Amino acid sequence: MNQTLSVLDPTSEDRSPEIQLSERIKGIEGSTIGLLDISKPRGDVFLNQLEKRLTEHGATVLRFMKPTFTKPAPVDLRYEISSKCDAVIEALAD
Amino acid sequence: MAKHADGYELKDGISVVVNSECPTCQLTSDLLVELGTNGHVEIFSQDDPSFPTSAEWVHDDSELSFSWHNDVEAVPTLIRVVNGKEVERLAGWNRKEWERLLEMENLAPDLIDHKPGCGSLSVSPDRVDELEIKFGGRTFISRQVAIASLEDEMEAMHDRGWSDGLPVVPPTEARVNRMLAGTSRNSDDIVAIIPPNLAECSVEKVAINAVMAGCLPEYLPVVIACLEAICTDEFNMHGVLATTMGVGPIFIVSGPITERLGMNSGINVLGHGNRANSTIGRAVQLVLKNVGGGAPGGIDRATLGHMGKQGFCFAEAPSPWENLAEGFGFSSEQNTVTAFTGEGPRILVDQKSRNPESLARSLADGLRSTISTRMVLGMDAMLVISPEHLSRFTDAGWSRSQFIEKMTELLMVDTDEIIEGAGGIEDGIPSAFGGNQLPKFRPGGLLVVHAGGPAGLFSAIIGGWLNGAKGSDPVTKEITL
Repeated sequence: MNQTLSVLDPTSEDRSPEIQLSERIKGIEGSTIGLLDISKPRGDVFLNQLEKRLTEHGATVLRFMKPTFTKPAPVDLRYEISSKCDAVIEALAD
Repeated sequence: MAKHADGYELKDGISVVVNSECPTCQLTSDLLVELGTNGHVEIFSQDDPSFPTSAEWVHDDSELSFSWHNDVEAVPTLIRVVNGKEVERLAGWNRKEWERLLEMENLAPDLIDHKPGCGSLSVSPDRVDELEIKFGGRTFISRQVAIASLEDEMEAMHDRGWSDGLPVVPPTEARVNRMLAGTSRNSDDIVAIIPPNLAECSVEKVAINAVMAGCLPEYLPVVIACLEAICTDEFNMHGVLATTMGVGPIFIVSGPITERLGMNSGINVLGHGNRANSTIGRAVQLVLKNVGGGAPGGIDRATLGHMGKQGFCFAEAPSPWENLAEGFGFSSEQNTVTAFTGEGPRILVDQKSRNPESLARSLADGLRSTISTRMVLGMDAMLVISPEHLSRFTDAGWSRSQFIEKMTELLMVDTDEIIEGAGGIEDGIPSAFGGNQLPKFRPGGLLVVHAGGPAGLFSAIIGGWLNGAKGSDPVTKEITL
């Protein structure tokens, strides 16, 4: 006789809800773009350059910073970025 | 015709539980037929409803419901019930006892006087888990995953992404049920919220992963304490998991429980070969991966990693100094787990120092290079000091605090040597910090654990990761059984 083995699922069995992506920006000009520094050394060097280029192309740039790169961004910061910006660039540099 | 023993309630009179393969039941079968025929007993037969005969008063207990619910441990067992309450039970054959219980004389005079019975099927090791689940009301929240008869279960579990690369033990209901017996906590209690997916993790999910890791049930409370320690803001398991630096959670178990669980604090303490040491840390890693979703190459971004991420747990040896947990405010009699974020261990050799000052200098020399000689204050370290090295200090009467004080003094770093560009190396602290003396470790940043085999003039360093609010601090939790 064939014996089937039953085991218990070791995973969380959570299913992520499907999230609608926010509308993509049409172009850089006239958009407000957030730059999120994750607090790694020299991230500002990279972001300063990005800000310069984006501003040249007509974007309004807002700068944000995570308190530490070792932890996820606080929810208040994520909310602030989403309410003030059309798009965000999170930058990692070392 | 035997009728099925659906009901397990004890009825007034005398019930006898038998098994046809038990020699004592066979010995007394003629007597049992006589007693049953005359209405003196009702019989519950565990394996053969026609044993000792087919009759109205022989009940089929092949489901073992009657035996399990009435805690029958041996066959034959006689249970006398008056007014719905059990007043006495006997196991095995003993003429005098049977005569007294049955209030009869001259029972089966041809039989020997007494003969012990056999084990009841309801307590047989290969049935007991199944019966506990069936009758004991154990329900599982987790879904059942059926593995087809043509599948190899080891491969099937690996294919589902449940393993850490090594084979895992199939978490059947019976095994998980047994594992849950290791804790007094309810199986649906939430142990912790597991990063990175912030998934609620029940005692049951911990038990499933502990089975897979190869734990014994008595290890489960330690696994739970480990998870409670790392899933805290202070420990910051999310960051430890996500960092590109090759560190992972390391667990040091202190207190009397280490001996009871047979944990290793001696020879090869940081190595393999001890079941508790090897599987407790592995179970935690499986929970992080399976429940929390922190898979290597996914959220776990370690550039290099280290072998200890397979599971790194060991026991602290008894010490003339205060133990690790005492340093965090616990007593040496408490059973605790301390979680520390660290790299793989590195050996420090000093085979010639005979006085404590010399050995302290030698150990400090090694500790100065922890993580990077250029780094001060930002990362902790654990020094695993072996018995022979420790004796250099204790023989000279040094206390733990004297040792730490000396190490702090020896580990002051001349910042001119570690600023950016010093010695032709670009890495270093900003040059504005030059011309100072800074301590290698923050206060309390050098953790000392006594462990290792009795012979050998070696100790080990386990370098840490970013400490404090921006990184990970060691966390100690008491183990609750």
